[in-house]
Amino acid sequence: MGGNVATVPMGEGSGALPPRANLICFGASAAASAAVSFALGLSPFVWLVVTGAFTLASISIWSMMVEGRRRALDRVATIVIAEIFVLALVPLLSLVYTVVNEGLARFDSEFLTTSMRNVLGDGGGALHAALGTFIITAIATAAAVPVGILAAIYLVEYGKGRLKRAITFFVDVMMGIPSIVAGLFAYALFEIFFGPGIRLGVMGSVALMVLMIPIVIRATEEMLQVVPNALREASFALGVPKWLTILRVVLPTALAGIVTGVMLAIARVIGETAPLLVTTGSIDSVNLDPFNGRMANLPVFVYEQYKFPGVPPEAYIERAWAGALLLILIVMVLFLAARLIARRYGVEIRR
Amino acid sequence: MNETETMKEKEMVDAQAGPADPIMDPPASPSATATVDAKAKRIDAEDLNIYYGDFLAVKDCSVNIHPNKVTALIGSSGCGKSTFLRSLNRMHELIDGARVEGKVLLDGTDIYARNMDPVLVRQQIGMVFQQPNPFPTMSIYENTAAGLRLNRKKTKKTELDGIVERSLTGAHLWDEVKDRLDKPAGGLSGGQQQRLCIARATAIEPEVLLMDEPCSALDPIATLAIEDLINELKKRFTIVIVTHNMQQAARASDYTGFFNIEKSGDPGVLVEIDETEKIFSNPRLKETEDYVSGRFG
Repeated sequence: MGGNVATVPMGEGSGALPPRANLICFGASAAASAAVSFALGLSPFVWLVVTGAFTLASISIWSMMVEGRRRALDRVATIVIAEIFVLALVPLLSLVYTVVNEGLARFDSEFLTTSMRNVLGDGGGALHAALGTFIITAIATAAAVPVGILAAIYLVEYGKGRLKRAITFFVDVMMGIPSIVAGLFAYALFEIFFGPGIRLGVMGSVALMVLMIPIVIRATEEMLQVVPNALREASFALGVPKWLTILRVVLPTALAGIVTGVMLAIARVIGETAPLLVTTGSIDSVNLDPFNGRMANLPVFVYEQYKFPGVPPEAYIERAWAGALLLILIVMVLFLAARLIARRYGVEIRR
Repeated sequence: MNETETMKEKEMVDAQAGPADPIMDPPASPSATATVDAKAKRIDAEDLNIYYGDFLAVKDCSVNIHPNKVTALIGSSGCGKSTFLRSLNRMHELIDGARVEGKVLLDGTDIYARNMDPVLVRQQIGMVFQQPNPFPTMSIYENTAAGLRLNRKKTKKTELDGIVERSLTGAHLWDEVKDRLDKPAGGLSGGQQQRLCIARATAIEPEVLLMDEPCSALDPIATLAIEDLINELKKRFTIVIVTHNMQQAARASDYTGFFNIEKSGDPGVLVEIDETEKIFSNPRLKETEDYVSGRFG
């Protein structure tokens, strides 16, 4: 009866480890290395490394004895990849932990509702900086997104020959502009009209726009290229003009990807410090007019609080951490929003 | 419409005299099928040379495509059938560097005339592609109405409902989708998607329907459904279909044209076109006979 089944030779070590053998090994190794570390009074970091090594050793020996070489290699590869993944996560987790840990001390209602106007030492908040960041980034986005999307539409749908190659080249060049250079460009531009020493919120927006445009173009370009040509042809064959085809077939199909790209671009520039330092300057009170006077923003706020602490210095350092935490939260909310939009309007593009 | 128009060739009139009559009968139920009663338009290509850049893909192609008939184009891969088909509604020129020389007359009007808008041409000559290509962002209803909606034709909701129902019924799809018109079109099977594409193409009431291997991505049952459909659609439209399937050409078409190339790199030539029966039983040329009997290459 079993003859048919058993005819395939199973080779060396034809046994099988229990399901979740990898997890069992990891658990045992974690426990063992915890015991060792505790006994010798070693740091958690050592414990982590020892756990990784123990897991690798135990699973390879166990699997080698029961399952044979091929499966043992497979398990070792799996574990190594998992451990490298954890290693890659360490900086991220460490960063988030540090910012949350240090930032929570001053992340209170006062921090979110007051500015630094007339504040020396304790108290105060980052309301002025948060509002400034919103205004500056919003203007930059409002300017960069249409330009970027239209440029990408030109490149993918219309452009050909020399002009297309030239634009692609300059987009690449723009992609490589150091952010401080973008800031200096905005400063130099406004200095022509307003004289030296000029500081305006909108100058920061211009600098950020210069940084955003190439990112938006690239992301949109990629998404438009993924839209199958068959859809364009289907639309043309219905007697729909090209511009309507792009507007009502191509763009909706690529919408989720474009939105994600725009969000990534925003997240990328919202934390830029250098270009804002030379364009918006810093100020302690709320300024909602981007065309008049200096405008505070979170990155510069964090920088100034940390770099030029007053008395007592702890108050300034704590505010810097809280500002960093706020910035991270804003970016995170943007990412979540992008994910939600992508899922809501997401279209599976088949090919 | 063009009944008074003098036919270009005598033999064509002869060919139509007999079998054309039942086609002229009005549809039994006006709500089920569109109210198009008259004939669709004819296409005459004259000395058509079709290029990709400098490469001549189809050479000196002259053909008369009869109204309300199914004309099948057969031939081996790369011999220019699809290229020719796409030149009939100016889809060919969408490819970089592609151009066409010669004339294509739609009921006597040259669609390649300088003042002719390709968009208007395509509104009269619809197309169904090899791969079903419904719009993934749209529902079944929106896909069917896409031709009208994308062109921002002002249509009342009730009128649009009627058009959608008529088109889907005409494409033998209504009963299968009427309960899920607002669902995405991507959820349909391949055969259903292709019928949806046919419904979408017919919803704008074109005169001619071009089909570029519409069944090559479908299973035999779905293929049969489309062939039945083609047989019915020719009451309202002139149909040109490219196919690799000889049985399909024999089953579904009234006329068959055979494209051939001498050798790879040469332009494709329409070597013979005649009534389907004749092509498959008693073709004029040896090479046609070899091809349709499967003795080719």
